[in-house]
Amino acid sequence: MHIVVCVKQVPDWDIPPSSFKVDEGSKKVVPPPGVAPVTSQFDAIAAEAAMRIKDAASDAKVTIMSMGAATAREVIKQGLAMGGDEGVLISEEGIEDIDSAGAAKVLAAAIKKLGDVDLVLTGRQAVDWDTGVTGTLIAEELGAPVITFAKAVSVADGKVTVERVLPDATETVEAPLPAVVTVSNELGEPRYPKLPQIMAAGKKQVTNFSAADLGVDASSLGKRLTLEGLFVPVVDTKVEIIAGDTPEEQAANLAKRLKEAKLI
Amino acid sequence: MASGVLILAEIADGAVAPVTAELVGAAQRLGAGPVSAMVLGSGVEGAAANVLGVERTYLVDDGALAQYTTDGFARAAEAVAKQMQPAIILMAQSDIGRDLAPALAAKLGTAVAMDTIALEMKDGKLHTTRPAYGGNARAVNGFTTEPAVATVRPKALEGVEGGSAGTVEKVTADLSGIRQKVLKREVATAEGVRLEDAQVVVSGGRGLGGPEGFAQIEELAKAMGGAVGCSRAVADLGWRPVAEQVGLTGKVVSPTLYIAVAISGASQHMAGCSGSKNIVAINKDADANIFKASRFGIVGDYKQVMGPLIEAIKKEKAAG
Repeated sequence: MHIVVCVKQVPDWDIPPSSFKVDEGSKKVVPPPGVAPVTSQFDAIAAEAAMRIKDAASDAKVTIMSMGAATAREVIKQGLAMGGDEGVLISEEGIEDIDSAGAAKVLAAAIKKLGDVDLVLTGRQAVDWDTGVTGTLIAEELGAPVITFAKAVSVADGKVTVERVLPDATETVEAPLPAVVTVSNELGEPRYPKLPQIMAAGKKQVTNFSAADLGVDASSLGKRLTLEGLFVPVVDTKVEIIAGDTPEEQAANLAKRLKEAKLI
Repeated sequence: MASGVLILAEIADGAVAPVTAELVGAAQRLGAGPVSAMVLGSGVEGAAANVLGVERTYLVDDGALAQYTTDGFARAAEAVAKQMQPAIILMAQSDIGRDLAPALAAKLGTAVAMDTIALEMKDGKLHTTRPAYGGNARAVNGFTTEPAVATVRPKALEGVEGGSAGTVEKVTADLSGIRQKVLKREVATAEGVRLEDAQVVVSGGRGLGGPEGFAQIEELAKAMGGAVGCSRAVADLGWRPVAEQVGLTGKVVSPTLYIAVAISGASQHMAGCSGSKNIVAINKDADANIFKASRFGIVGDYKQVMGPLIEAIKKEKAAG
């Protein structure tokens, strides 16, 4: 049983909105000084899903795969500290700027190169672009079935069974392996590695691939979807803070203002 | 030469989903040629005749589409797209749209822009605007491939009601060997007003400190004839059902009045409620982001404010 978890390194998402800035010229996010990039939240949860399968079936091997800058090694290490066995880093000049279709092509090529992969897990969406398509696109590249938005993933008898979480329903869906599953936050928090596991992760093997190693012509990864602009929307702040010396007064004043505004 | 706009008209319980009117409106305003719809399902021929404001409705009616599966719907939609050759395909950012759109785009060898909130034609090509970075930024995208596929955030774009139904054209698709099998499907049933349709939503966040804090949220919602919502943190903690989650990965609401109690207003939450006409925030942190988007705010501890507020609102309502 070989599971690949695709993880993406993104600018830290857990910062106050007021410190979020973009450079409109280069169409890139400018992280606040001293704030390091992190693992995309849902991808860490995908790694957790893999570890739970591994906990249940000791023969499972988990490969943590990332595509991006050399610093993406850090997010691979986090997955290895959680219990991953090996890492794969795909680095290539400018690769972090290709679109989802290009990324899926590269990741699928790396998964094919590993050869014996039964299950691919990704987060339901990366927390930078919030697009939520790469898992499905990888599946199409691999010719494998996809099941999205998992809150529970189990594997038995050559099939993956997924509890899907949707805003108004839950579904149980199965598909034959090999398959791709995208994981949602309802699965639960990723495990927190302890120091010895973090130390051990540093010694685990991380294989480096370039696009050429994967037989992918980097220049052919044209952008189907182009980024024409990136900006921070202007929020018109005009909040009226309701006065009052006591909570009772505040409450009464708010009710009065709501009445005046014909909201009650 | 590809031309025209194809929208996915979702069918729920035999009826055309209300969000379809928003897709028709968006497609008509683009002025990118004739607007057609596709209806995919089993026993949906009657519903297909009820899609309004389109020239033609392509229908794939097949027992294999009785339940939504990625493979089944993607192949059916692919068959329609190949028949019509549209320049643009639009669907809602719904349970179905968010799963189907990328699969369809991959099959058609094209790109998809998800969860868009504005569409425009520039030099004859579709440009989309969508929230990114948890709602902190807006990204404008263009397409180098055809058709341009986009999902549209519900309630973001104005719908058009009425118009005439299109000619229904049946399309067949090879739906053998669908790999996903739906073993079970349970629909969450909300009591009272549906969250997405409510004119008043009272939402609670992690700052409530525990599920018991929602007793007052429910009481206020009831007093105002509204629905209860919650933040993602609350749903993740299991304090409230996922069906009540408002935000980027939950529901998008646009009530007349949205009361956010002990919600800090993280961008991913605002993505679900920023379409509200009026936001009222109750939070003990005067710097909380939620106040920036609010019309009225109370800086204070909800435990002290909520009781008196429920009473005061009841009193104002009773006064008529």
